[in-house]
Amino acid sequence: MEEVYKTLEYIKKYAKEYTRPVTNILYKVTTRFLERLKRARRTIFIVAFLTPFLLSLVLVYGLPSALSVLMSFTDMDLRFELDWSNPLYKNYYIILGMKDPRVPVVTYVTALYVGVTILINAGFSLVLGILTTYCIRNETIATTLRLLWFLPRISPVVIYALLWQWFADPRVGPLTILSKWIGLGEVSWILDKPYSQILMIIVNGYVGASWGMVIYASAVRTIPLEILYAARVDGASDFKVITKIIIPLLKWPLLFVTAWQTLSLLGSYVQILTIWNGFAYVSGVEVWSLFSYHSAFAAYKFGYSAALAMIIVIVSLVLLAVYFKVFGFRRMLEPSRIEV
Amino acid sequence: MRRQDTSIRGLVLRARIRKIIGAIIVYSIVCIPLIPIVMMYGWLVVQAFSAKPVTWLIPKDVIGGLKNNWRFLFGPIMKGGTVLYEDFWRLFYNTLLLSLGTTGLVVSITSFAGYAISRFEFRGRDPLLKTVVILHSIPGVLFLIALMYLLNVLGLYGKGLWTLLTVTLLKGCLEAPMYTWMLKGFFDAVPWELEWAALVDGCGRFKAWRKVVLPLIFPGIAAVSIFAFLSGWGEYLLVYTYITRAEYYTLSVALSDLTFEFLYIDYGMLAAFSLFYMLPAVVFFIATQKYLMRLRVIAYKG
Repeated sequence: MEEVYKTLEYIKKYAKEYTRPVTNILYKVTTRFLERLKRARRTIFIVAFLTPFLLSLVLVYGLPSALSVLMSFTDMDLRFELDWSNPLYKNYYIILGMKDPRVPVVTYVTALYVGVTILINAGFSLVLGILTTYCIRNETIATTLRLLWFLPRISPVVIYALLWQWFADPRVGPLTILSKWIGLGEVSWILDKPYSQILMIIVNGYVGASWGMVIYASAVRTIPLEILYAARVDGASDFKVITKIIIPLLKWPLLFVTAWQTLSLLGSYVQILTIWNGFAYVSGVEVWSLFSYHSAFAAYKFGYSAALAMIIVIVSLVLLAVYFKVFGFRRMLEPSRIEV
Repeated sequence: MRRQDTSIRGLVLRARIRKIIGAIIVYSIVCIPLIPIVMMYGWLVVQAFSAKPVTWLIPKDVIGGLKNNWRFLFGPIMKGGTVLYEDFWRLFYNTLLLSLGTTGLVVSITSFAGYAISRFEFRGRDPLLKTVVILHSIPGVLFLIALMYLLNVLGLYGKGLWTLLTVTLLKGCLEAPMYTWMLKGFFDAVPWELEWAALVDGCGRFKAWRKVVLPLIFPGIAAVSIFAFLSGWGEYLLVYTYITRAEYYTLSVALSDLTFEFLYIDYGMLAAFSLFYMLPAVVFFIATQKYLMRLRVIAYKG
């Protein structure tokens, strides 16, 4: 770069009188180009750094999203041909018009699943988050307890499924034996309806609780200690401190966790798939996403399943839009700011 | 004098009783729901060394358990007379390939993108961030269905090793946005002045990134690598959905398959298999829980 400039200066200085107009133009053009390049280097740098990321976004998110919109208007099956349905909106008509008798059942199960599990994931985790930071002061004990709560989340999902299958085993499972003791009789927690649904909620509750717990715990730590001390000096009990000071301060984290967990529950089905798989529908635990998965990979009706997936995506996007409106973009990403 | 004394003593006593009751309530709220979890993971350990089904965590027939349960490490996995899986280590290497590939891909994508997003104001930055958040909230089953079509069109479905490599690529790309977000936080924490100093001293941008910033965010890269590795290690859906030949299964799909075959029959073997499969996760987790607790990733799907 420097050398180029030097040469240019040199040429300009010692150019013969009659070549001066040409060298002047040459000089101007070259310097301008170099300036441009200098400014463009920043852009080139940014583009180069972002390219792998953008490519990956397009490959696994962008392209498939566009494709599934198309697929949802087709009767695609195992032949994988984009033959349009007749009429075009047939799949949506079947789903939204409840022409498929399974759709209302699945809708009910999904509502039950999301509605009740969110109480654990956002509500009970709030209790956990506060108790493991404010009430259990011994850091070692608190960390150990939090680690234990994290176990379901970090262990591979297949192992987690196996553990529950053993826990609810009809012969040796402690859950079955306990339910016999309390007089429920011979019930299969996997297959019999109200019990399987309870189990589905518990199974996913354990996975979801730890995430909320961590968010709440870090939020509690940002509460200025003076406030808590002041309350204690004024004679508030621990219970009062929690209900009158900490929980009101955790309003935003609570909304944040509820918002994200609702979205994540709407889309989650792996635990149910690994525990119930083929028995999900008869056991009353077939949630919407799983229904969509089964329509694609068990019944091979790819067009129909894409339409099913689109419905849940639209619901999620509407929810997300509402959240953006309520929170604003920043708050949607930063859970733990406490406003005192 | 005396009366005051006793009353103070009474107050102290009452306060102490209150404290104890409070502690009991607190610990029972946190710990009682943990009982099933502790039981399950405890069972996993006990059952892995017992030949007979275990209910209340009391080992039964440890010698037989040692003999029977861990046979899968040394030979084919059989049911009756049929061979289900030729070689356990084959599954192990497949899993390793998947998780190491995912890690490499995620780290290379995120360390570039995280830096660019953290350091530069460019047109389209905010929309990009928003897109990442939106993509993250879209139920994953949508992508799974459409990717099935793509794989078929490209002729990559059910093609053994190629499919496994494709799954690795997909897994890495699927994880990338979330970890870019995470690593951006680490880049944000590096003070600008260090880079300025490097730039003033004649470093190019790339060199400044490579020699100054990257070493500083090593903890971040380590955390991302470990999470990506564990996520690849536990991956189930992509392999289960796209890989058709048993030689290219990973441990997770093999285990779910074996669970289906051996449930109620051979818990010992299943537990031993799971225990072995879970070891890396536990080791990494204990080593890094400090990071984990501090993480503020956008919502985790699960």
